[in-house]
Formats: sequence, C-alpha cells, structure tokens
Amino acid sequence: MAEAAESPGEPGTTSPRPLFAGLSDISISQDIPVEGEITIPMRSRIREFDSSTLNESVQNTIMRDLKAVGKKFMHVLYPRKSNTLLRDWDLWGPLVLCVTLALMLQRGSADSENDGGPQFAEVFVIIWFGAVTITLNSKLLGGNISFFQSLCVLGYCILPLTVALLVCRLVLLAKPGPINFIVRLFVVIMMFAWSIVASTAFLADSQPPNRKALAVYPVFLFYFVISWMILTFTP
Amino acid sequence: MAAADELAFHEFEEATNLLAETPDVTTISRSDPRTPEGQVAVAVGSGGGYGAEDEVESDKTALLQEPQPQPGFWTFSYYQSFFDVDTSQVLDRIKGSLLPRPGHSFVRHHLRNRPDLYGPFWICATLAFVLAVTGNLTVVLAQRRDPSIHYSPQFHKVTVAGITIYCYAWLVPLALWAFLQWRKGVRERMGPYTFLETVCFYGYSLFIFIPTVVLWLIPVPWLQWLFGALALALSAAGLVFTLWPIVREDTRLVASMLLSAVVLLHALLAMGCKFYFFQPLPLEHMAPAHQDTSLHPNVVLTPTPPRPMITEGLRLQV
Repeated sequence: MAEAAESPGEPGTTSPRPLFAGLSDISISQDIPVEGEITIPMRSRIREFDSSTLNESVQNTIMRDLKAVGKKFMHVLYPRKSNTLLRDWDLWGPLVLCVTLALMLQRGSADSENDGGPQFAEVFVIIWFGAVTITLNSKLLGGNISFFQSLCVLGYCILPLTVALLVCRLVLLAKPGPINFIVRLFVVIMMFAWSIVASTAFLADSQPPNRKALAVYPVFLFYFVISWMILTFTP
Repeated sequence: MAAADELAFHEFEEATNLLAETPDVTTISRSDPRTPEGQVAVAVGSGGGYGAEDEVESDKTALLQEPQPQPGFWTFSYYQSFFDVDTSQVLDRIKGSLLPRPGHSFVRHHLRNRPDLYGPFWICATLAFVLAVTGNLTVVLAQRRDPSIHYSPQFHKVTVAGITIYCYAWLVPLALWAFLQWRKGVRERMGPYTFLETVCFYGYSLFIFIPTVVLWLIPVPWLQWLFGALALALSAAGLVFTLWPIVREDTRLVASMLLSAVVLLHALLAMGCKFYFFQPLPLEHMAPAHQDTSLHPNVVLTPTPPRPMITEGLRLQV
C-alpha cells in the first residue's frame, strides 16, 4: 500500500520514503460521488429472521420445537459423540419424560397402604433433585459443562427407561410368573445400560481425565434407582 | 540524562494513575522491584490506547491478589475446594477405612489434612439406597419361599433410610467435634480435628456397611449377625484409632466415655438398620395389610398351585 502511494517517475531514490508520503499527490476528481448507503449484508438477514418468527403460524412454531425435541430423542437412542444435545439444550424433553414416568409409576389414590410404590411427587422430586445433585457434583469436581446442559442430557437419557416402563406395563398384562419377571428384568437391565452409555457419551468429555469415574458414579446410582422403581412396579 | 529523568518522572505518574483506576490492587510488601517497572514498561510501549493497558493491568491485578486468603463461603469456589479429589485418592481413602491399623490415624495418613466432601456424601447416598433396595429384596426372596407373605414396594423406606443415614453422618460428627473443641484446653500436644475432617472420617467409616448390607440378603440368621458384627468391629476400630491420639491426653474417664459413646452410637445405627430394613418376616405377615387387599388387583403366583387357605389378597405376582 505504501509503495503504491509513492509517485512514480521520480528518479531512483535510495532512501525509502516514509509511509503515506505520496497521498498528497493523489487528487480527488470532482465527479466521483463519495456518498451512498452502506448496507451490512448480515443485518438484512437478521431482520428477515425476526419478522419470520413473529409472523409465522403457530403450527410452525410448535413444529419447530417438536422437531428439536425429536432430534434430541434420536440422538439419545443412537448415541454418538455429538454436540447437539449440549449446544441447543432445552428442558421440554426431560419434563415430558419425567411427568410420563411419574404418572405411570404412582400408586393409585384408592391404595391407602403406607408401604406401596412411590407417589407422583416422590418420583418427580427424585428425578429433578437427583439431576440437580449430579450436575452440582460434576461442576464441583471441576467439569466445564453448564448447569442446564447437564440437566438436559440427564433428562433426555431417561428416555430408554421410559420405554422400559412401557414395555413392563405391557408385559404385566400377560400371564404372570417367573418368565414374566425374567423378561421384565432383562428389559430393564438393557435399558439401564443404554441410559448409562448414552449419558456417559455426552458427559464424560466435560470432566478432567482423572475424575471421570467420580463424576460417572452418581449417574449410575441415579439410573439404578429409577430402574429399581420401574422393576418393582406392580399395578 | 534528561531522557531517563523524564522517564522516571513518568513512571510515578502513570503508576499512581493506574493504581487510582483499579483501587483494589493489593500492594505487595515484599520487595519486587521488577513489577512496577514491568507495568510501566508495558504502559509506555503500547502507545496511546488505555484499553490494552487495562487488560494487562487487570491480569497483573489478578496475579497480585493471589496471596489473599480463601474465598468467602458465598462463592462457588469455596465449595469447590472440598471436592478437590481424584479417583485414585477416593479409592485410597476407602481402602484405608476398610483396613484400620492401630497407630495409623485415618485423618493423618489418608486425608493428609485435605478432607473432601465427595466421599461422605456419596457413600451416605449409596448406603441409603442400598438399604432400601436390599430390604425390599429380602421381602421378595422371602415371598418366594413362603407365598403367604405380602409384598409391596415399600417406597417410604427410602425416605426413612436417607434421613437416618444423613442425620447420623452429620449430627454425630458435629456433636463429637463440639465436645472435642470444649475439651481442647486439656490437650497440649495435638490440635483437634476440624469439623470437615470429622465428617470425612465418619463418612468413610460407613463404607463397610455397603457390602455388609448386600450380604445380609443371605437369609441365614447367624451369618447375618456374623457379618454385622464384623462390619461393626472394623468400622468402630477405625473410628477409635482415629480418635485415640486426640483423647489420649485427656483424663481416663473422659477418654473411655467418649470412645464408648462413639462405639455405642455406631452399634445402634447398625442394629437399627438391621431390624428396620431386614425385619424378621413373620412379623410382617401379621401386618394389617390383609384388610384392604381386596382393593388390590392381585394376581396368582402361578408355579405353586393355589392353596385353599390363602384366598384372594395375599398372593401377589412377582
């Protein structure tokens, strides 16, 4: 740039000229207009995006959120090392799963026994306070995952266990017996292992390497308790 | 030289300016002649912009503030200091609690004055859930042998187990620590343990009950008592060996009372768990459950043929 500003035609000077010395030689012609609009290309795109979410139909809004939740369910069912669950976290999926689980696991109101299955509130509290405790634990151990990202992952990875509960309910409609129990036990163990693998795939990388086991063990305990509640469920 | 004198004058001016901008910079008392010059060298070299100066200044401010004391209890990093353990350290502490040796205090040898809260918290949580789960499993196994026993998930036992274990693991160390602080005047040689160290060794001493509770599934009574006594002996021995250097200098009466109180409380916990979660099962058979079993949609346990004396209600499907 500095060289271009140097005026040509001068006899070869050995000393280098200082920067921008030749600027004074450039003359600005009067005919070139130096005015106009400066448009930033990004801005128009953002404006377009804003107006589209305000003016779009309700169906579009709902379908967009449902698709996001559905995509995350797919990520849980086929766990790969991807960042989708972590980047765009949301708590809709965990809420839906938790409410489903609690509704199906609660004992009926006609049951007046003291020692029955868990109440709705007990299941709800166990799931959410368990997830919060595990998140706090992993943050205290020095993990670099955010609070809500961790809640999101733990909540979404309850999906296999919810599927196990549905299967158990169906199996319980059939003829009872030890085979019934073995089938339920097998299904619950498989889904428990799937949950652990799915959540570890997402969470393990966020921990320092010499503390991975310390952060994964509470996740194991959490899913074990939920699996136990599912296995001991009697309608 | 005039230029160096000018530079020296600028030094003081800019240093005071910078200090005025960041009033919470701590002034170091130890002599570090390079530091102020280093700051000023950067300030002069970066030219006019004060933005870069502020960034560098805040970095150096942070460095200067490092020798300050621990962060307050309202900050997150205060609690992070209690979870500053690695997997290998936790495993080592668990091993140390399983095999107590006379003369080796758990606190001095394994904690090494760095107590953690990870171990006690998760050992208590595991113990509470394992107690509830195995207690329920004993009912299941008993029902297989004797179908007259009523089975139910017994979820309220989880709550009871959790509250009991956590209260024991926090209130008893609190009382012990308070008592030792009160008797601090009698001891000359050894300082008392901090509250966290007390909680820590109590928490780790509960670890041995986890495999014991799982072994209590075996329905042979004398074997259960044997395992219980073994676990209690190991756990209480660990506690006594840890506390011995502290109470040794006290009067014999106080020392023996304290140690026997500790062992007694531990034994009460073990026996309470055994009786509440692993009830002798004929007692359960007489529970009032059979009154409202007509409300249950009970299903027959198929392998055994239906016995005529057990009508609807006391048969449940597993």
